[in-house]
Amino acid sequence: MTQKNIRVLIAKPGLDGHDRGAKVICRALRDAGMEVIYTGLRRTPEEIASAAVQEDVDLVGLSILSGAHDVLFPRILELLREQEAGDIPVIAGGIIPERDIPHLKKLGVKEIFLPGSSTQDIIRWIEEHIPPARDPGKK
Amino acid sequence: MSKSAPPDSDLKAAGRKWKKELYDPARQACSLSQDLTTVSGRPLKELYTPQDLEGWDFFKDLGFPGQPPYVRGVHPTMYHGRLWTMRQFSGFGTPEDTNRRYKYLLSHGQTGLSVAFHLPTLMGIDSDHPLARGEIGKCGVAVDSLRDMEILFDGIPLDKITTSMTINAPAAVLWAMYIAVAEKQGVSPRVISGTIQNDILKEYIAQKTFIFPPEASMKLIVDTFEFGGREVPRWNTISISGYHIREAGATALQELAFTLRDGIEYVDWALRRGLDVDEFAPRLSFFFDAHNDFFEEIAKFRAARKIWAEVMRDRFGARQARSCWLRFHTQTAGVSLMAQQPYNNVVRVTLQALAAVLGGTQSLHTNSLDETYALPSQEAVTIALRTQQIIAHESGVVNSIDPLGGSYLVERLTSELAEEAKAAIRKIDDMGGMVKAIEMGYPQKEIADSAFWYQRAVEKGQKIIVGVNAYAQEHEPIPILRVDDSAARQQLSRLAEVRSSRNQRQVREALSDLKKAAVDGLNVMPFLISSVKAYATLGEVMDTLKEVYGEYREPITF
Repeated sequence: MTQKNIRVLIAKPGLDGHDRGAKVICRALRDAGMEVIYTGLRRTPEEIASAAVQEDVDLVGLSILSGAHDVLFPRILELLREQEAGDIPVIAGGIIPERDIPHLKKLGVKEIFLPGSSTQDIIRWIEEHIPPARDPGKK
Repeated sequence: MSKSAPPDSDLKAAGRKWKKELYDPARQACSLSQDLTTVSGRPLKELYTPQDLEGWDFFKDLGFPGQPPYVRGVHPTMYHGRLWTMRQFSGFGTPEDTNRRYKYLLSHGQTGLSVAFHLPTLMGIDSDHPLARGEIGKCGVAVDSLRDMEILFDGIPLDKITTSMTINAPAAVLWAMYIAVAEKQGVSPRVISGTIQNDILKEYIAQKTFIFPPEASMKLIVDTFEFGGREVPRWNTISISGYHIREAGATALQELAFTLRDGIEYVDWALRRGLDVDEFAPRLSFFFDAHNDFFEEIAKFRAARKIWAEVMRDRFGARQARSCWLRFHTQTAGVSLMAQQPYNNVVRVTLQALAAVLGGTQSLHTNSLDETYALPSQEAVTIALRTQQIIAHESGVVNSIDPLGGSYLVERLTSELAEEAKAAIRKIDDMGGMVKAIEMGYPQKEIADSAFWYQRAVEKGQKIIVGVNAYAQEHEPIPILRVDDSAARQQLSRLAEVRSSRNQRQVREALSDLKKAAVDGLNVMPFLISSVKAYATLGEVMDTLKEVYGEYREPITF
């Protein structure tokens, strides 16, 4: 069986332009053999959800600093579910207060990586949690 | 017997002997494998001696404070005349919330204001725009119209307090609002003093809150230079910023070189407008990062002054001394703060702030320990302010001007950074200038490469971050500031009230005059002031300008 690479969408919701983290993650995941699609800055929840569906990704990574995660993350999850893509796991990173984490996880964000996280930890998490190939037979 | 100043050959021999017979064997016997490079990857020698300053000349390379090349500071008295301005960047929630924070900070010894606007304001959209959802008052204070600005500065005398505003793409509009508020307080534009960041080049390069394409952005900036030179003579019309370049991942050298090349670009564009260099150059100011690497940072600040003095004199023929002064604000490195064991951040900030002071900064923002989580709490910002006060009043470092002047290491690093930065500046000259370099993606790529290099160095353990890749330890969550939804509700209702209560005809006419001025290529400042005085909102003003100038889209790369 030929293994398909893990396809990841790295997305920047929110109005801020702090893309250092997102870009470092993109490169690290690419170097780890994943296919990485980067949305660029200031994407709306609608744009992110539809990019995830159209690109048929195995994982969505959200990077945010602006503090709007409590509004934007739930909306992205909701839109993914509406587009029958609620099975795509969503992870996040950035400036997110620790006390917001339990709530975001309850809503469906699978993991949250805070500043200081190692890209190796993130890669390890992805490799442990995302099957290397989505069965081509699956719709 | 050795003499007090040995000849070079003796020194060289003695240095070699010390290294061979004492240092190397002892080092080899140590198990400690220490990385002798700076946080920017610059290799350092184990020891610096007069040999490292060959060709170095006291008058040419150092001199006296307040004299070219200003390495020791732009003022002859430096902190004996006046301490640096303690200016904490601050803004959150509604204008009322932030006004209370400003009064608190001023009553605790802060000496200037620094406004942090929320992201919708930075992006030139109003709080009721769909993209503002979830963002209102989160990363700064919400300002949609002159009404908000009036509340923000209520009870703060603008003839006595200087204000720095971190605003870029819409800088001219927020400045117009500030001028209008001052007039309402009965304070003439000729008296007010402060700074607008107004540095769009580093937005394209690093921070990415751009709106218009480069050409239109540069035109607006030159408008502010021209208007400021004539009408608001005590205002710093730009703060040419390395901070965001560094935070995005640049090395100290890249920060230095790109920032000064940005400065050159602004001067070029202003001269092309026909402005006299000495008319606007004294109001150019700079803004640097103070990162972890103590001596490299100090050398960076000193080198910046030296290069700028040369550039202004030799490249642009400035005649006034003030035109050659590189005056700068410093902020400690946000990127160096860690979420893990956050109280350690106080120590990081102290060292960084000390580097800024030893480097001769004119004003300083010290970050708060909780900023990897949220905007600072009142308790955290108080510690940050007290850190500056302890450096100023207890450490004794202000007693003697440029106390590290003459240090073999610091002088050598200053010279190295200055020479390498000048070479990097020439490289961008060869590309046709910074706007061209940005369009080619050059500085963006350089910075992303450095950011990735640093992340790898940390993950390989070559660079140690205490509490992260060494000495890790669980910690209790710390209390943080929360901006609740009531701020957004209050802001939206005031915006609706402003829109319905103003004279609509006056707004329409002001905006139509503004559009015509923009189309005709006039200086838009007077038209911006009329528009905001009519309570046209920031979003309405920016939309009017977007119709003329269009919007910038950056290529997506990583």
